[in-house]
Amino acid sequence: MPTTTSTQRAGTPGGAADAGSAGSAGAVVASGLVKHYGSRAAVTGLDLVAPAGAITALLGPNGAGKTTTVECCEGLRRPDGGTVRVLGLDPVRDARRLRPRVGVMLQDGGLPSTVPAGEALRHLAAMYARPRDLGELSERLGLTAFARTQVRRLSGGQRQRLALAAAVIGRPEVVFLDEPSAGMDPQARLAVWELVRELRAQGVTIVLTTHQMAEAEALADHVVVVDRGAVLAAGTTAHIVGDAGAIRITLRPPDGASSTRSDEAHAASLSASLAARLLGGDGPGVTTTATAGVLEVRGAADPDLLHEITGWAVREDVLLASVTCGRRTLEDVFLDLTGRDLR
Amino acid sequence: MSPAQPGTAETHAEPPVALVPQTAAPWRRRVAAHALAEARTVLRNGEQLVITLVLPVLLLVGLARTTVIDLGTSDRIGLVAPGVLALAVMSTAFTSQAIATGFDRRNGVLRLLATTPLGRGGLVAGKVAAVLLLEALQMTVLVGIALGLGWRPHPAGLPAALGALVLGTAAFTSLALLIAGTLRAEAVLAVANLLWVLLLAGGGVVLPVEMLPGPLAGLVTLLPSGALGEALRTALTDGTFSWGAASVLLAWTVVLGAGTVRLFRWS
Repeated sequence: MPTTTSTQRAGTPGGAADAGSAGSAGAVVASGLVKHYGSRAAVTGLDLVAPAGAITALLGPNGAGKTTTVECCEGLRRPDGGTVRVLGLDPVRDARRLRPRVGVMLQDGGLPSTVPAGEALRHLAAMYARPRDLGELSERLGLTAFARTQVRRLSGGQRQRLALAAAVIGRPEVVFLDEPSAGMDPQARLAVWELVRELRAQGVTIVLTTHQMAEAEALADHVVVVDRGAVLAAGTTAHIVGDAGAIRITLRPPDGASSTRSDEAHAASLSASLAARLLGGDGPGVTTTATAGVLEVRGAADPDLLHEITGWAVREDVLLASVTCGRRTLEDVFLDLTGRDLR
Repeated sequence: MSPAQPGTAETHAEPPVALVPQTAAPWRRRVAAHALAEARTVLRNGEQLVITLVLPVLLLVGLARTTVIDLGTSDRIGLVAPGVLALAVMSTAFTSQAIATGFDRRNGVLRLLATTPLGRGGLVAGKVAAVLLLEALQMTVLVGIALGLGWRPHPAGLPAALGALVLGTAAFTSLALLIAGTLRAEAVLAVANLLWVLLLAGGGVVLPVEMLPGPLAGLVTLLPSGALGEALRTALTDGTFSWGAASVLLAWTVVLGAGTVRLFRWS
């Protein structure tokens, strides 16, 4: 049974010495990336590896440093420290060689407002030796209906789809998508996801930023949780969420009981009990949660484990007011990592 | 009879594996594509068309054919035509270019294009090519009308006039990019239009410097507007090259160009 190494804390960034040769390790590699805006630090020693041919999601709250990181990878910003390599090349120094091989979708669109949508796309296609077929791509993303409409008159979702088309028109090997489905209706989002998955099937490396958990869970092979300019956790979605699943229990002391044991004490007691009774070794981890009285047991939700939990409740004389079995969601993990405070 | 079939449309599928390293279109094609796109945008935009073409034509015909403003000469078209050509350069290289670039900057267009094979260098080259293309169009229309109104420019001054146009374009494009790259889009719009009006009224573009009140005249010859106007009038009326005016334009280009390189912000 796999133990739940649910998250892997990124260590402090070491030297960036090995980044240059890491081309085979990842299509996009950032090591110890630092970027300041004036006195404000936007990125503080960020490490990122986006495997080739996979979808990597940079997940984090607004202001976490996602866009700055991506812009450093696109060559739009020069890092103050650390290194960035895309396809083994430096995005600033080797920009000329890299630009034909990289597609970019900016968060604010980047398309001229008074130009008809179709013309804006044709303009970008002219920059590449072998662009994709305009008709086919327009059909795929439903652009044909508004090809003659000026960009400024498009809805948010239409504009996003056009920007996505612009990012892939040159048949790039690496695509950076900054908040690709912001402002889209569900149908448009599905069309975008479908295109992104198809790109992956063709071997394209995709790096996207999002603060939508559903998007990261649905699309990404690899999730990098970013907050305050650094990586909090990185790995496959399953790795981050914890493949083994979890059981959430809500404790209620029996009526009239005067015991006011803390959640922490309950968690320690349950953890010790499970470790002792389930096949030796380390038992499933038990943690408290943000909700008072709710504990989370991380481990495969099988009948044995459930039996041990209820046995513990009998011995400890606590009532299990609810038991929920299932996988943790990325949202749980995300909130655990980035905190629950509003910013 | 059924109509002809539209052919086997879209039978070619996308290649299954697209992962060969992609290459850019040749530099000239990228720059040409960008220049044409920018020129089309200007020609499609009503306000831009008014300032680059309609107003210069109205001024040319109005000043040459009416006597509302006393020009102090009987050869009205000979005085007005070079000035209107200078104004046209100012409209396209400065006002129109500043507004277009200011809004493209705000909308992220400059940043997106910088990530494509066009790059920042190609973007600037495309802008210059677009300005020259539009100026060629303006010159064709304005010179055609002026000739029709009886203008007879000095043939020996044509190379000098061409040189003055290039220098004036360089100076005004530098000013456009400096403003567009440092101010907010709305401020660019206001400044670019206001400067156009002020320089038209008192900048020595259309009307010669001598017609301005004394102390102003000396100052205006040092402005890019006055220098361009004087250079074109000297070339097309006397057939000579004005080294003084050319030096002023060159100096402005150097100063404004250096400022643009240092201060221009892409986002």
